[in-house]
Amino acid sequence: MSGILSPSLPSDLSQTQMLNNLWELQIRNNFISDNDIDELSQRYQISKVEVEGVVSFYHFFHRKPTGKFTIYLNNSIVSEMKGFQRVKEAFERETKTSFGSVDRSGNFGLFLTPCIGLSDQEPAALINFYPFTNLNSIKVKEIIHALLKGSEPAQLCDSPFSNIYTPADNKTVFFKEFPEGKALKNAETLGQSGVIDCLKKSELTGRGGANFPTHIKWNLAKSQKATPKYVICNADEGEPGTFKDRVLISSNSKALIEGMLICGYTIGATKGIIYLRGEYRWLEPKLNEAIDDFRRNCLLGKDCGNISGFDFDISIQIGAGSYVCGEETALLESLEGKRGEPRTKWFFPVERGFMQHPTVINNVETFCAVAHIIEMGAEEYCKLGIPGSPGTKLISVSGDCKLPGIYEIEWGMTVAELLELCEAQDPFYIQISGPSGECISMKEKFRRISMLDLLGNKDIRCGGSFMIFNSQRDLGKVLLNFSTFFKNESCGICTPCRAGNFIIQRKLEKLINGLANKNDLDELKNWGTIIKKSSRCGLGKTATNSLIFAMDKFRDYFNNKLDKDFNGLNFKFDMEAALEDYEKFNAP
Amino acid sequence: MENKINFTIDGNPIQANEGDNLVTVAKENGIFIPSLCYFEHIQPPLGTCRVCTCKINGKYQPACTERVSEGLVVEANTDELKDLRRALVEMMFAEGNHICPACEKSGNCDLQHMGYELGIASVRFPHLFKDRIIDYKPSRMVLEHNRCIKCLRCVVDVKTKEGKKVFTYQDRGNKTYVGIDYEQEATLTEDEAMRAMNLCPTGAIIVRGKNLSMPFGQRKYDENSVQKNFNEKKRKPKTSLNMEKKIVATCSLAGCFGCHMSMLDIDTDLLDIIELISFDKSPITDIKKFSHRCHIGIVEGGCCNDENVETLRAFRENCDILVALGECAIWGGVPSMRNSIPLGECLEEAYLNSTTNEPGSTIIPYHEDLPKILNRIYACNEIVKIDYFIPGCPPDGNHIWKAIKNLLWNEEYNILYSEFKYD
Repeated sequence: MSGILSPSLPSDLSQTQMLNNLWELQIRNNFISDNDIDELSQRYQISKVEVEGVVSFYHFFHRKPTGKFTIYLNNSIVSEMKGFQRVKEAFERETKTSFGSVDRSGNFGLFLTPCIGLSDQEPAALINFYPFTNLNSIKVKEIIHALLKGSEPAQLCDSPFSNIYTPADNKTVFFKEFPEGKALKNAETLGQSGVIDCLKKSELTGRGGANFPTHIKWNLAKSQKATPKYVICNADEGEPGTFKDRVLISSNSKALIEGMLICGYTIGATKGIIYLRGEYRWLEPKLNEAIDDFRRNCLLGKDCGNISGFDFDISIQIGAGSYVCGEETALLESLEGKRGEPRTKWFFPVERGFMQHPTVINNVETFCAVAHIIEMGAEEYCKLGIPGSPGTKLISVSGDCKLPGIYEIEWGMTVAELLELCEAQDPFYIQISGPSGECISMKEKFRRISMLDLLGNKDIRCGGSFMIFNSQRDLGKVLLNFSTFFKNESCGICTPCRAGNFIIQRKLEKLINGLANKNDLDELKNWGTIIKKSSRCGLGKTATNSLIFAMDKFRDYFNNKLDKDFNGLNFKFDMEAALEDYEKFNAP
Repeated sequence: MENKINFTIDGNPIQANEGDNLVTVAKENGIFIPSLCYFEHIQPPLGTCRVCTCKINGKYQPACTERVSEGLVVEANTDELKDLRRALVEMMFAEGNHICPACEKSGNCDLQHMGYELGIASVRFPHLFKDRIIDYKPSRMVLEHNRCIKCLRCVVDVKTKEGKKVFTYQDRGNKTYVGIDYEQEATLTEDEAMRAMNLCPTGAIIVRGKNLSMPFGQRKYDENSVQKNFNEKKRKPKTSLNMEKKIVATCSLAGCFGCHMSMLDIDTDLLDIIELISFDKSPITDIKKFSHRCHIGIVEGGCCNDENVETLRAFRENCDILVALGECAIWGGVPSMRNSIPLGECLEEAYLNSTTNEPGSTIIPYHEDLPKILNRIYACNEIVKIDYFIPGCPPDGNHIWKAIKNLLWNEEYNILYSEFKYD
């Protein structure tokens, strides 16, 4: 072996280091060469095509050079609303190249990417994976000039700052002083079953969006006999419009680490892994600092927090640009250095997760909540919120409002109250929990945000994203942006999600162009429902949610888009466009 | 001794060994749950095609990843689920470029077979016509990406002696394709390569020099339907026969006239036709223009030029019912093989570079009197509203006649499996 990669143990033939190896090559050479593929295939004793399969799955890995400065501009819907088009043109003008390519000098590579977790500061971009926020034409010009003059992205980049709003009367759970180690001490006092009881009392459910009761998950993992066990933190928040985990990692990483520690203590695990999305690479040093701090204070390592026999350590794995890896089983595949394809539900992660060992996977916010709950006690926590849905929730607010940012709200707040808090401007359409969630109209603004009464449509759950659109926004374009997002981010393994989202996207285009008739609307809904029912994982099962909801809630919009003169003859068929190729080819 | 458990499929009580696979158990009990990616010896099951989706304890789940347990309630064959399955198989046809008449696997193809079993007459989705390659680089195989349905079977099951994978998914989303490792492929033995070809549910993996063709009657799916009751489906209740004379028009657009030929295959029934039908505009009568309003218009072929579009619109305007006859009319068929190739290249290949042309002596015809060629083949229902589809390449003569009789006089019809199969 020529040794261009950092050495790994010869016995370590499992692929877990694959993503790290690829990152190292991508960062160093701006691409992954044929030689690299060859060497990796030998290192892991797998065929070359398998390595290529992994590389081509993640969109931050490239087989061609991506330029000395690799620029990823966010094309999510909020970015689009805040001036994406002008910023995109500015980048193209200043770098003299177009998106999807690298300029002739090899300096700049321009690429588009879905939401990078900076929705409150759009348009935003990553340059060599450092964040640049609130972009406009002038700022782009300055950045490109500075880079050409020899400045480094690390010096030029912004340090994203989000406004944080906490409940009045100092009722905050997430943003109060957090004394390191206290929660773990409390956990030791409570004992393993005590911790689970405490979580049960506080009715904590998974904050990644699935809302699975945390105490059940932990209890299942605790009862598994197989060892070793793993604690995995899902910090792959890819849902467009969500950025709460980014804020928690930058401001509350102690609670996150301690939450994982408590989980390790409770289920009997020895190893924790934080799967940090590639878009948040720039947060890694900060997170590492916090981990080192814990190690220095003997809270990580051997006999953590002086609990004899409790050995636990945490490492970080960086993802590489894939929304579907936020799905827990896809995340496991990715951690194992493979393509991030969701597994079938043959085994649950608590039975056979990472490397086929019992594994608990929770979201950043869930671990932070655990640490705070154990620190403050379930009784204190249950005083907040409403009966049946106690506590607080972090919501990332973005879009058409004066005060975008992170809102810690007590469960039970109504949509209207939140809109008032963030000073929403002419709200018309609100996307709750991101594209995979639910959209609501102003008629529903008195619905409470809570974990209750989901079937009665009285309350509404929120995974974290809260995007506000005013009445001037084109609903069709919003939905098309979502549809394109899902089409690109589908892992491609199951038929309905892979083919279906593509078909839906084409149909939506037809609708937006005014070529659809009543029949198309019915089809759109039916097809969306089929994809929902038959897809393999949460991505496909929720991809057409917003569309189906919107068709019911904003019927006028859709009816106005219809081709009302449709008489079966379809005179809107564009003959001129269909003949253009022929005329061009035969032109003298 | 394994634990026996009791559960129900569509209300029927079933006893099985605990933990057995639901697809297998259903099959053993004579209940048809279609599946494409499922392959008994691949464990855990792949769960990629989703065609076996059932309602299990009220939740939509694929049957192939379900292990039966006590008290399980399975809904397998409700109308909703049947429609959902049909939709999934239709998606595969819409997504790939499946030209059955030009495929070596026809008659041995699981996908084609599933199309018949589910009674798919037309694909509800617009075909995507994505440009896909045929990979001739492997030394022993040819990989026909147009036909791949990404079932994952070859990815999981075809390995070299060293345990290395020969096939792996590449890229993601709608760009996903199955990549092949040329080095590893070369190390496969002849038997292993043949096994890969046979494992593939479609004709995507073809081993060079190996003949798949078998005489009719000996192919994998020449037998009758696996569903016992396939032929018992009655499409419409019997009503009184009022055989008044009807007016019919037909035409062939971008087709081969094969469907028209097939219409003549009804033998002695042809004699009845004179009593029952008079033909207006049709190649059969050589009437060029509509002289009456017609009860039914039968269109063969899709639209490849502007004249086709005009003709099709004239049919829509002059016919009460419009029927698309055969695959070309339904979605483009064989002519649509050009849809992923730029028009200029097609014209050059046909008129200038063809091996039978003398260089410099031919031109590409272009004249105001000649129809102008469209950028791609359009299916009839992309241009006008089509009321009914009669599938096949060509459709069986009896099938056509039964369907038309049903449309014109509401006559009961019962399509036999053999009449619904066209390959």
